[in-house]
Amino acid sequence: MEHYHMNLTLKIWRQKNNKSKGSFETYQVKDISSEMSFLEMFDVLNEQLIVDGKEPIAFDHDCREGICGMCSMHINGEAHGPWAQNTTCQLHMRAFKDGETIVVEPWRSGAFPVLKDLVVDRTAFDRVIETGGFISVNTGNAVDANAIPIDKKNADEAFNAASCIGCGACVATCVNGSAMLFVSAKLSQLALLPQGAPERESRALNMVAQMDKEGFGNCTNTYACEAQCPKGISVANIARMNREYLSAGLGTEA
Amino acid sequence: MNSNIPHGEMSQKWEDYKGHVKLVNPANKRKLEVIVVGTGLAGASAAAALGELGYKVKAFCFQDSARRAHSIAAQGGINAAKNYQNDGDSVFRLFYDTVKGGDYRAREANVHRLAEVSNAIIDQCVAQGVPFAREYGGLLSNRSFGGTQVQRTFYAAGQTGQQLLLGAYSAIERQVALGNVTMFRRHEMLDVVLIDGVAKGIIAKDLITGQLERHGAHAVLLCTGGYGNVFYLSTNAMGSNVTAAWKAHKKGAFFGNPCFTQIHPTCIPVSGDHQSKLTLMSESLRNDGRIWVPKKQGDNRKGSEIPEEERDYYLERRYPAFGNLVPRDVASRAAKERCDAGFGVGTTKMAVFLDFADAIKRYGKIEVGKKALTNVSEAEIIVIGKEVVKEKYGNLFEMYEKITGENPYEMPMRIYPAVHYTMGGLWVDYELQTTVKGLYALGEANFSDHGANRLGASALMQGLADGYFVIPYTLGNYLADEIRSGAVDTNQQAFVDAEKIVADRLNKLMNIKGTQTVESFHKRLGKIMWDKCGMARNEKGLQEAIVEIQALKKEFWSNVRVPGEINEMNPELDKAGRVADFMELGELMCKDALNRNESCGGHFREESQTDEGEAKRDDDNFAYVAAWENKGESDWQLHKEDLSFEIVKPTQRSYK
Repeated sequence: MEHYHMNLTLKIWRQKNNKSKGSFETYQVKDISSEMSFLEMFDVLNEQLIVDGKEPIAFDHDCREGICGMCSMHINGEAHGPWAQNTTCQLHMRAFKDGETIVVEPWRSGAFPVLKDLVVDRTAFDRVIETGGFISVNTGNAVDANAIPIDKKNADEAFNAASCIGCGACVATCVNGSAMLFVSAKLSQLALLPQGAPERESRALNMVAQMDKEGFGNCTNTYACEAQCPKGISVANIARMNREYLSAGLGTEA
Repeated sequence: MNSNIPHGEMSQKWEDYKGHVKLVNPANKRKLEVIVVGTGLAGASAAAALGELGYKVKAFCFQDSARRAHSIAAQGGINAAKNYQNDGDSVFRLFYDTVKGGDYRAREANVHRLAEVSNAIIDQCVAQGVPFAREYGGLLSNRSFGGTQVQRTFYAAGQTGQQLLLGAYSAIERQVALGNVTMFRRHEMLDVVLIDGVAKGIIAKDLITGQLERHGAHAVLLCTGGYGNVFYLSTNAMGSNVTAAWKAHKKGAFFGNPCFTQIHPTCIPVSGDHQSKLTLMSESLRNDGRIWVPKKQGDNRKGSEIPEEERDYYLERRYPAFGNLVPRDVASRAAKERCDAGFGVGTTKMAVFLDFADAIKRYGKIEVGKKALTNVSEAEIIVIGKEVVKEKYGNLFEMYEKITGENPYEMPMRIYPAVHYTMGGLWVDYELQTTVKGLYALGEANFSDHGANRLGASALMQGLADGYFVIPYTLGNYLADEIRSGAVDTNQQAFVDAEKIVADRLNKLMNIKGTQTVESFHKRLGKIMWDKCGMARNEKGLQEAIVEIQALKKEFWSNVRVPGEINEMNPELDKAGRVADFMELGELMCKDALNRNESCGGHFREESQTDEGEAKRDDDNFAYVAAWENKGESDWQLHKEDLSFEIVKPTQRSYK
């Protein structure tokens, strides 16, 4: 891989806290290596800002290997930037060219209020999980792990749904701010496994109700969420969620 | 040191303990509060299990959700003695392998209990809906890891930690909904509060507002992970830190074996000064990858252009019996030795090759044989073989390509060892209680189960064992005596004083207004630690490191620059406090490494090696846990917990 260095113009959203109004600020960074990760480029910028006596940019990040779901930047109009099936932390600077201007914003959604700069509050996701994103089994109650065989196809599909990292890119990228990809991934995982069966109906009803209560929007089938999902979670999960919800609704009324 | 190990036969200790331990009745549990700091596998499982029992739990994490703790990044798997493969596994074998793998520096009774509860962990996780890998018959799949001869590792692709943590996270969120657990997200513990020498609460900082909060409880559990970030570069998350454990240490909790660090052999190498963290490539890759360097020093050719006879497969050469599958500590030191001798590859020359070309050909030929294909060219065999390798390791290869921009199917991976895990941690007794009453440490934050080297797929096992199946019993034994003490009043002087000390320190950090960034100090600390307390250590280097760290600490407290305000979200201020604690810890690690004049597991003292350059243990003088008591600035007193091996008799490890 050929390495190169670049100078960039960055237009970054700055916002002091959740009460203040934010705005874009423009910064220049020089001599950025194509081998750096996107967040390492932010590290360079922040070091420079601190030395210049300015305030560094607050952004969420932790594992920097694409699995914790903490990083959350909207880069040039795309959640997590230009690479497909990728998180911000795994985006590398070879995706950009010398002289480019990069625009960076926080996730934009009514259900994810901005806390500071690029940091948003995603606790709405936790609250949705609290209403049913679990199997009610107390510690010590379990039967032997091999007592219930599970069809490999279902197990694999459940795993694919469970690989959601809860970053919120689906919400940020959706014109309606819908959380259906996130919620449906959890519902699918648990609906596909026999252990999830006893609470299947209440789970679907309660999680969807909480999702609406948090102010997430509806799904209008643009599939932008799937396209931007760093883990490639399929919109087929949304179809399953709708089936789960409908049959649960019928069950309650009957 | 009294480790409170129950009497009796090794295999009966835990059963007997559980049968006689004190209990707390349900009505009293509702009156007892427990603080759990950290929501990784240990913390989330402990908080959930204690909430289920009816205790009032307050759980704290510095991330924005409990689901993000760094357990989530564990790739390979979790061990259990299920013996589903009928290959001779048992609780005893898991116990034995773990004590031996730890190079005889772990406490036998704790390790035996770990092996005993391992099976229940798998049952519990499956019941929670953790989607482990399965065979076509619908039953669970296993694979093998280093240091064992059986297949006992359960896994979910290369994302086992993620799936286990999401299971524990769902359990904790269920208890939040039921009102048994209260979550404090984006909160960091900055001190533990003692009343009459007993832990009764913490001082925490709300990282959004910067406000300090007092939280009282009848017991405090630290589940705050390891301290590998003392080296600056490690496979840990950026936020992983020692602060909670360190505050506990300063309040009287002894620190056990701080110098025991695991350096993982297969990580993506450093590419430049900008590097902020390192990424692991799973140990499972060493099943099929061959590790080599050029025979010629400073060879600048591409790996794929160097002919077979000019390659040195140094692990296969030095360790013919185990080859590329030697334990982590051995593989790491061998890579360092080759690079230090000038045989390293890549632009920095601090890397070795991990090559899949042979495996691709081998698998290609096997497939051709299976399908009885004829007239297949070499090129076609390679295409078929690549598909097989992709199925096994696809996500890891993708991750490698994203980071390096190189295609590992076409050219060998470049890898180098990196700091990964810390076996050392807060000293705990059999009940996981530190030397401070009412203060417990679980998971990687304690020192107890892995000795001087942890085996692969055992960290997840220990975190969940401590949280789901150990602490619910041992904590009751303590809380049974707390039922009359009533709610903890956080207006007591001890809370006021502790909060003031925390506030003063934050103000002090803000008011230094120097010229150097926090990050620059962290980098300098990391370099000292890596150079002098890393993969190889010697007396002179360690003595120098102690002096250098003391000087760095002084410079930090007079010249660090922390921007922003104190009463707002200020990640730089949070980082400053963590780096300040890392500097103190770094000094203790060097002191511990200096004291332990033997080599064992991941701790390699150059003065203590065999003629062939292998680690040489000194059981006569060092068969103990070094438990350090803090006596003031740069001042520690050593206490020893002698290790006796009733079952697993120590021998010199050999992999030749």
